[in-house]
This record gives sequence, C-alpha cells and structure tokens, in this order.
Amino acid sequence: MSGQRTVVVTGIGATTPLGGDATSSWEAALAGRSGARPLTGDWVVKYELPVTFACTLATPATEVLARHEAKKLDPSGQYAMVAAREAWQDAGAPDVEGERLGVAIATGIGGVWTLLSAYDTLKERGARRVLPMTVPMLMPNGSAGAVGIELGAKAGAHTPVSACASGAEAMSYAMDMIRDGRADVVVAGGTEAAIHPLPVAGFAAMQALSRRNDSPETASRPYDLSRDGFVLGEGAGCVVLEAEEHARARGVRIYAELVSAGLTSDAFHIAAPDPSGLGATRAMKQALEAGGLSPDDVVHVNAHATSTPAGDIAESAAIRAALGSAADRIGVSATKSMTGHLLGAAGAVEGIFTILALHHGIAPPTINLTEQDPAVELDVVTSPREIGAGVGLNNSFGFGGHNVAVAFRTMS
Amino acid sequence: MAQTEQEILDGIAELVNEETGLPKESVELDKSFTDDLDIDSLSMTSIVVQAEDKFGVKIPDDDIKNLRTVRDVVGYVQGAQG
Repeated sequence: MSGQRTVVVTGIGATTPLGGDATSSWEAALAGRSGARPLTGDWVVKYELPVTFACTLATPATEVLARHEAKKLDPSGQYAMVAAREAWQDAGAPDVEGERLGVAIATGIGGVWTLLSAYDTLKERGARRVLPMTVPMLMPNGSAGAVGIELGAKAGAHTPVSACASGAEAMSYAMDMIRDGRADVVVAGGTEAAIHPLPVAGFAAMQALSRRNDSPETASRPYDLSRDGFVLGEGAGCVVLEAEEHARARGVRIYAELVSAGLTSDAFHIAAPDPSGLGATRAMKQALEAGGLSPDDVVHVNAHATSTPAGDIAESAAIRAALGSAADRIGVSATKSMTGHLLGAAGAVEGIFTILALHHGIAPPTINLTEQDPAVELDVVTSPREIGAGVGLNNSFGFGGHNVAVAFRTMS
Repeated sequence: MAQTEQEILDGIAELVNEETGLPKESVELDKSFTDDLDIDSLSMTSIVVQAEDKFGVKIPDDDIKNLRTVRDVVGYVQGAQG
C-alpha cells in the first residue's frame, strides 16, 4: 500500500426525506424518525397505484434553488445541486485548479420526470412545444455536468449507473480518480428523483414495494419478520473527497478516510439477489483486502438492507461470510428504515451516515425492528450506539447484480 | 386582442427573468439578447416557445434568428397580434 495517496472526506451535503441538509438528516436519523409520508399527487388515485406512500424530500429543492436554476434541472439535478453546494461550502470551498477538480455524481434512473413530462407535451401539443433543455435535463449525466459547470471542475465529470449501487460506485470512482493522480479534489455522490407514477407502478409490479398503505412510517422494516418490501425514497448526497496532503495543506477538518472499495457482479438474475450472497461477500472481502484491513478492524456496518424478504437475508448471510465471528460484535445499522430506499442516491446518503457514525463515534438506529427475522444473524443497532475508532463498511447492491462495499476509517 | 408595447415588454421581461434569473428591469427595448443579456441559443429558443403561448402568436423558427433585440420581439408580437 506504500506510495498510495490517502483519500479523505472534507465536506458533506445531503437533501433527504429526513432533512434539507446533512446535519438535520443525521440528527433525524439519530432520533429514529421516519421520512415516509402519504403521496399527495392526483396521479396516485388517477392511476390506481397499489402503493400510496413514499419517503419524499423533507425540504423541496425548489424552495432552495432560484427559480431559473430549478427550471433548467430535472428534480434529480436539483437535488444533486443542493447537496453538492452544501458539501462544497462545508469543505470550505477549496481553492483548487479546475484541472485538478473532478465530479462523480451517480444516479439509478436519471431524469424520469423530465423525460415523461416532455413526452406528454409532445403527444398533446406537438414537437414545437418540447423545450430545448429537455435532453440536457433528462440525461443521467445531467447532474454531474451541471455541478461540474458550477464548480469549474475540469478533471472529468462522471456518472456511474448501477441501479441502487450507483452512489457507492461514485465514491469508489472518485477515490480512484484521486489515487490515479487525475484529480486532487472530487465531489462525489448520488441523486435520485423517481417518486413518479411510472417507477412506482414498475417497482410495484415487481412486488418490490411495501404495501403498508395504512401505516407508511412503519412500512420500511429491514430485518423484521413482517417486512414486505422497500419504501421508495428520493434525495441526494454528496461528499468532497480530497487527497490527504491537499487537505492537510489547507488545514481543513477531516471527517474520515475513504480507505478502499470492493465491486463485484452476481451474474445470477437481473433483479433477484443471489440467495447465496456470494457476490456481496466478495465485494466486502475485496474492500477489506484492498485496504489492507481485516474483519477485526470493522466497528460498524451500514447495510444495504432495503426491507425486502429475500434481499435482507442474502445480505446478512454475506456479512456473516465476509466478517466471520467478528460479526458477533459489529453493530449493523439499516438506515433505510428511516430514509426509505433512495436508489441511486442510497450509497451516497448511507456513505455519509457511515462517515458521520465514525466521525461522531455513534451508530444510527434501525427503526421498526419489532421481531428480528431469526434468519438474520446480525447484531442490529436499534437505538443509537457508541462505537470505537475503526472501519465502517457501507454496502450497496443494485438490480443487474451489482455489489459495492466501501470502507471508511476514523481519522485522528 | 392586441396588447400595448409596455404589456408585451413586461411579459418578455417576466419570461427572461424566469429563464435566466436576470432582473426584469434589465430587459429594456434596446438590449440585445445575446450581446447585452448574455442569453444562449437554447434559452432564447425556450423564451420564444413560451412567448408564443403567452402572447398567443406563432413565431416560425426561420424568424427567430432575426429577433436580435427586445424591441424586435415586441415588434414581432405586435405585428402578429394585429
């Protein structure tokens, strides 16, 4: 590992169902609050959606951005811009040459609101009424491009797309950019704005969503025996990653180190998790190995744990297989119990929760765990718990069979 | 229903403000969209498409390139409404 650049986290930003910024989201998570609410759009009734709730943003992005800014961005781009600006300011707006500054902002689905509303306009009013910003707004890399322009980032603006592993893959990609010497500072994260009738209908058709319409706040219940699917969420998270020497030179606060990542694919099924959890196990093992770490270093896991019957069991088996007996004493948090599933932003927001858990020495709770599924042999954190210095793993898995594990470490 | 020059100017200022964030007062008759207001071609097309709705007129693509200043658009709309 000698000679390899150390990558650190110097800024964080988020807009989530729990709060309009990273701090309020973290505080709400520690308080065990749910971000789930009934959906209010007329389309819920009009299209007879079988699921009538989701984890919508706590603070609409249109209340934060200027009107002309919001107008040129898909909601996914708006959320990314809000999170990226907060992270950038939080890092002290580093003075860095544009050619040494990069962006990696992922998404699972991209500009679905823009795509489908523009198609409605086309059908109803003809091509003449389709606005010229339609394509730049709907393209998945629109967020990375817009944030790159805002910050003057010229070292590359990238958009990993791997469904619900996308946000974690962006962290890994950004780390590589710094390690490979292509950049000194990278704004990395993920964004998603897919609480739209089409994705809701599609996910519901897969039987992937919880149907607890009469009790939205208790619907996302990872590891609980009565879990019945995930709760769709939206939002964005961004971090500022920086080469350690660059951060030290400007004397900025360092939250944690981004040590390593593991990325594998199942080659099993386009949507179902490999029940053996082998791909996920390999991702975690790879992350540990790449960082020169052992299971004994791990003090916390922020699990993917979406609250689906099959996924939670496959992952818990994978965590056991990757960490062995060390798993007996490692507190595992499933923060999707509060945020819902932010798809392409999940790895970014949960990465931030992992970073803050290490920074503050406290693991956030998993709510709605009334009766733990006996097949889940993990020490699940159900109320905020103190953790020592060490490594925090963040798991993210996506349709397509993508498995990403990212390792962060406490930094003194 | 023809509108006055001031009404049309106010309407255009509103569209420019929504599209670019520029203050409405900066949208004056003699200002050039590209040189003075720094509006790119995508935003210009967007403003024209919305102006068609707002003023109930049709502005063919071939005519857009001739609309250099705010006064050009006001005049075009007045002519089309008349």
